[in-house]
Amino acid sequence: MGKRDKLSGNEAVAIAMRQINPGVVAAFPITPSTEVPQYFASFVNDGLVDTEFIPVESEHSAMSASIAASAAGVRTMTATSSNGLSYMYEMLYIASMSRTPVILNCVNRTVSGPLNIHCDHGDSMGARDSGWIQVYSETNQEAYDNLIIGTKVAEDPSVMLPFMNCYDGFITSHSVENIELIDDSDVKKFVGEYEPAHALLKNTCAFGPFDSQLYYYEHKRHQAEGMKNAKAAIIKYSKEFEKITGRKYNLFEEYKLDDAEIALVIIGSSAGTAKFVANRLRDKGIKAGVLKIRAFRPFPFDEIGAVLKNLKAIAVMDKCTSLNDAGGPLFLEVRSALFDQPLHPHTVNYLYGLGGRDVKAGDLESVYMDLIKIIETGETGNVHRYLGLVE
Amino acid sequence: MAYNLKELSLKPERLTGGHRMCAGCAAPVVVRGVLRALKEDDKAVITSATGCLEVSTFLYPYTAWEDSFFHSAFENAGCNAGAIETAYRVLKKTGKLKDTYKFIAFGGDGGTYDIGLQSLSGAMERGHDMVYVCYDNGAYMNTGIQRSSATPRYADTTTSPAGKVVNGKQQGRKELTKVMAAHNLPYIAQTAPLGNFKDLHEKAEKAIYTEGPCFLNVLSPCPRGWRYDTSKMMDLCKIAVETCFWPLYEIENGKYTITYMPKEKRPITDWIEAQGRFKHIMKNEEAIKIIQADVDAQWAELKALANLNN
Repeated sequence: MGKRDKLSGNEAVAIAMRQINPGVVAAFPITPSTEVPQYFASFVNDGLVDTEFIPVESEHSAMSASIAASAAGVRTMTATSSNGLSYMYEMLYIASMSRTPVILNCVNRTVSGPLNIHCDHGDSMGARDSGWIQVYSETNQEAYDNLIIGTKVAEDPSVMLPFMNCYDGFITSHSVENIELIDDSDVKKFVGEYEPAHALLKNTCAFGPFDSQLYYYEHKRHQAEGMKNAKAAIIKYSKEFEKITGRKYNLFEEYKLDDAEIALVIIGSSAGTAKFVANRLRDKGIKAGVLKIRAFRPFPFDEIGAVLKNLKAIAVMDKCTSLNDAGGPLFLEVRSALFDQPLHPHTVNYLYGLGGRDVKAGDLESVYMDLIKIIETGETGNVHRYLGLVE
Repeated sequence: MAYNLKELSLKPERLTGGHRMCAGCAAPVVVRGVLRALKEDDKAVITSATGCLEVSTFLYPYTAWEDSFFHSAFENAGCNAGAIETAYRVLKKTGKLKDTYKFIAFGGDGGTYDIGLQSLSGAMERGHDMVYVCYDNGAYMNTGIQRSSATPRYADTTTSPAGKVVNGKQQGRKELTKVMAAHNLPYIAQTAPLGNFKDLHEKAEKAIYTEGPCFLNVLSPCPRGWRYDTSKMMDLCKIAVETCFWPLYEIENGKYTITYMPKEKRPITDWIEAQGRFKHIMKNEEAIKIIQADVDAQWAELKALANLNN
């Protein structure tokens, strides 16, 4: 049986880490992720875990140490945000190519410049092609659950890729919410022991070759296959997780989409606000729904296309700008997923919440109203839109 | 047991032949010299910075390393060795591993003095039980002989070329061994492949079997960058030591000991004239005077540090 509690997202994640009891945690502080290694260091020094904590001198070393310790044969975790993730960039690609299932809690924060400590998704979205599995959370409960499920996904022999557990800085990381914790023994049983086929301290082996044009391409193909397999692994371990917790997860959440005519496609904590607004509109007889992204990497391309094709108008919400004059990363992929479908709903892109700009129910309601107007006029109008911007 | 190269050379090689390092390069000689100091029964995990050594010894699908080997990037060999050593401690304390392992990181001067300095400093400060070995060839040789902070004054490199108005690198060398001394490590030494490799062997053995973070700075001539005949590698090391360009010393828990005192300190011109990278200043008395003054000052300082302990 689980235990009900009230915890911040960071505390919940740190507790999941304690329950998983990884071999090595290596981290460098950066707001708003700092609390994760802080809580964890006290678990280490209070003797609650077997983990060795490496208080590295930089995020580059945090990721380097995580990869090396993982290659050595132990389960490895870290946490960072924003520029910390930027500083890890070189190593992110190496983590996935080395097939080291490192777990990174990415507490989403705006990337400099200018300097801003609040939430948007620019940090992890920038790393979307680095070969990491990326799962996003709406609530503290999800951040906690996704870390436990993600550990299994990353280490599945058909996957062996690093896992980024993304949740919104401050909004999720620091807000205290009700949460149901799983018993320590159930978490331990669920994640099991980490038993890699090859590890530096298990069998003599070598990581990190010079990989010439004769092999590099095939190695990338293997990696792509791991990412493809991650989709089935997310579904598989989410189902196993449901058996012990009753909490149901999939690649994405369909909220009142069955009969919906308009919907928001959204990531992270704002999905909660979107659901609240959809309910309010439903009370008025408006058929509004929400598609909440859980797995962004691998991207559920076919599945999302199939679910959205029957809607009349969709707003894809990006809490991150690509500065490309073409649309945010979520928009470009969602709209591309619709291309192969027989029907194409009107699809527009909203930038919102950049640099921690507050997103209120009224803001999201105005988006639904825009979608209604699009349906009424039959005109998509401007595809690229700003929400909550002071012009 | 007295040092005996003949006996030691019967130990199985841990860096096998067939790697692709240049003829006349000291780096694989240094690596083999260091690894010979490992007890045969001890296992090891080797990490390496990106550089000549890495790209020439581990080309997929071949590896010249008999031990587990890990490389990931240019600037993190120190951090990586420390992280693997940490994983080892976890596996040991939880009873999942019985064997004894040693952890040795190799980096060139680029991966050590420059881009990897932060990672090295962090790993040493955190006190991992490991050895970091810098094979110092005094420039970024792998990318084509660019200057580093280990490049000696006036050396001609591709980013400090001997030009019409600027005669090579304008700055002196960073003394990394002394930077490491400021980390208060249990054992630090400066050595080179010399004669029967006794100096290298004994210092490597001390470094590997002294508990805690230890550091070796090993002079490693590069025939391409220094421009010498490949057969002269060992001669170059000897000249470097005899001129006091590269003094042999160790620092044990803060105590400096000069491990080789040249009977007669040879003039720095012996060192300069043996290498093509100094060709443009061989007749430049002023430049030679400045280099000699650098060497003399550093040698005097080292002697003073060693005398302080006596």
